[in-house]
Amino acid sequence: MLGEGLLKGLAETARNFFGSYAGKDRLTTLQFPEERAPRIEASRNFPFLVYDGADPEAGLRCVSCFICEKECPPKCIFIEKSTDKKPDAVGKQQFYPARFNIDVSVCMSCQICVEVCPFDAIKMDVAFEEASTGRFSDLLWPKQRLAKSNDYYHEIHPTEAAGVDAELAAARAKAAAPKPAPAAAPAAAPAAPPASGGAAE
Amino acid sequence: MSAQTVDQIFVLIKAWLMGHVPIAFQPIASAILSVAPVLVVFPLLFAITTVLERKGLGRMQNRYGPNRVGPYGFLQPMADGIKSLTKEDIIPRSADAVVHFLAPLLLVLASFLAYAVLPIGRNMVITDLNAGVLFFFAIGSMVELAVFMAGWSSRSKYSLLGAMRAVAQMISYEIPLVLSAIVVIMATGTLSTVAIVDKQAVYTHGVAHWFLFTPWGFVGFILFMIAATAESNRSPFDLPEGESEIIAGYYIEYSGFKFALFFLGEYLGMFATSGLAITLFLGGWSAPVSFLTWIPSYIWFFLKLLVFIFVFIWVRGTFPRLRMDQLMGLAWKFMLPMTLLNVFDVGIWHLMPHGILRWIVCTAVLILPAMLLSRTLNRKQKLQTRTYRYAD
Repeated sequence: MLGEGLLKGLAETARNFFGSYAGKDRLTTLQFPEERAPRIEASRNFPFLVYDGADPEAGLRCVSCFICEKECPPKCIFIEKSTDKKPDAVGKQQFYPARFNIDVSVCMSCQICVEVCPFDAIKMDVAFEEASTGRFSDLLWPKQRLAKSNDYYHEIHPTEAAGVDAELAAARAKAAAPKPAPAAAPAAAPAAPPASGGAAE
Repeated sequence: MSAQTVDQIFVLIKAWLMGHVPIAFQPIASAILSVAPVLVVFPLLFAITTVLERKGLGRMQNRYGPNRVGPYGFLQPMADGIKSLTKEDIIPRSADAVVHFLAPLLLVLASFLAYAVLPIGRNMVITDLNAGVLFFFAIGSMVELAVFMAGWSSRSKYSLLGAMRAVAQMISYEIPLVLSAIVVIMATGTLSTVAIVDKQAVYTHGVAHWFLFTPWGFVGFILFMIAATAESNRSPFDLPEGESEIIAGYYIEYSGFKFALFFLGEYLGMFATSGLAITLFLGGWSAPVSFLTWIPSYIWFFLKLLVFIFVFIWVRGTFPRLRMDQLMGLAWKFMLPMTLLNVFDVGIWHLMPHGILRWIVCTAVLILPAMLLSRTLNRKQKLQTRTYRYAD
């Protein structure tokens, strides 16, 4: 019969209309600023610099190796290397970035800088409610604004941060344990097998 | 205050005000006093309808509508109005500026003129023309002119396509619209809207003599509403707008308040055709049952109008847009035969003696052809299989 499907459709929309006043299951919208959906752990949107301990300057993991700056597809990272050195996350004396800027308006949140960083110094943040009133002044974020503590990293990406911490702890242990090794290592290196060299020591 | 005073309160106020006007100015003052309320009430209804529509559609799509501006979002039309007033009014460089400017004005003017013959309450009509229904349809066809002016003067392909679609659609549906209204004129023997309502505001066994409660009236009402939806370019007949294919059709080159005027005109047209449907089939301002006659007549009219608006929103939230061939097929293959049959049916109704037999015959005359028609039209058409010589 003509119009049967039309009536079925009308019944469905009427059920939606009246059902939306009766219960939540026909009205799935979250009213954003007041209500928030639980965040997914893997969510990411903008890179930040991780520092250990309490001091963002001293604990910064970045050693200004320029890999991220070179790999960045839209070229939004600007690094200036320091002249002096400071101990890095593992304890080695390393350069540190005297200046580390990211242009927020250019960054496309691709995570490539995070993938290429060998020092676990740059990670993805989850803060997305970032707005600025200055077109030219506020969009180039300096390292003071980019630096966030390892505790914050644990808070936003617990699993990932635990893995990074375990790796760093292993690296620190490796760097600390065979302390006398570096003296012998260069000598042993030409002899090819470092394991046998260590055993001979 | 008696129920009658409440019912006639606006008429009495007007008479009292007219008593203070010198004789020489009485015609013009009477006209202004009759027209001004229409110019205030219906645009206000338009403002309320826009927010109700957005909220209703939202609920039908499992979301809240606008709910930020004012309590429950009901001040949204104010914000929209301020926005469209302060927006830049762009006229395309190659457009015909005069026609481009006149088109929205003509649309709103035509939509407002239609209210001249709508009886909003007992003794509440601007002019009781003895050819009221004819006047209504004559004015209604002015809308096509406005739409085509808008589409043509914009000098844009989208506008022109939209306007062509609109004109094709409106002219096609004008025929079933008028033919479905003719049954009422045949039954009442008058073209005056006031007389049509008066004929329906009679009660036997407590039930009003609305034409909706007759087989031909019911069918005529449904056909009229389908044609009215198409006439006012409402979904599912909103091909002239067709956001997804021709962006916004004939008013794509309009911005600022002219764009808002198009919306106003469209909604006013919708209210006016709904008002005419109420007048013709639902007894205008009369109550459906005699024990509810104490409710003032204008309240009945606006209650019915609000129900119509809700149904329009409901239909818009439900049905997808028709294709052009489906639209024309519906008009010429289904609506036109059914309206002609309905005209025949009201003749049978008029000539047969009162009684149950009349009901059975008149219902059968409508139902059987409708079923046959729907079966024929629903049959799967065998389209010839297309072979591609070069594309494979």
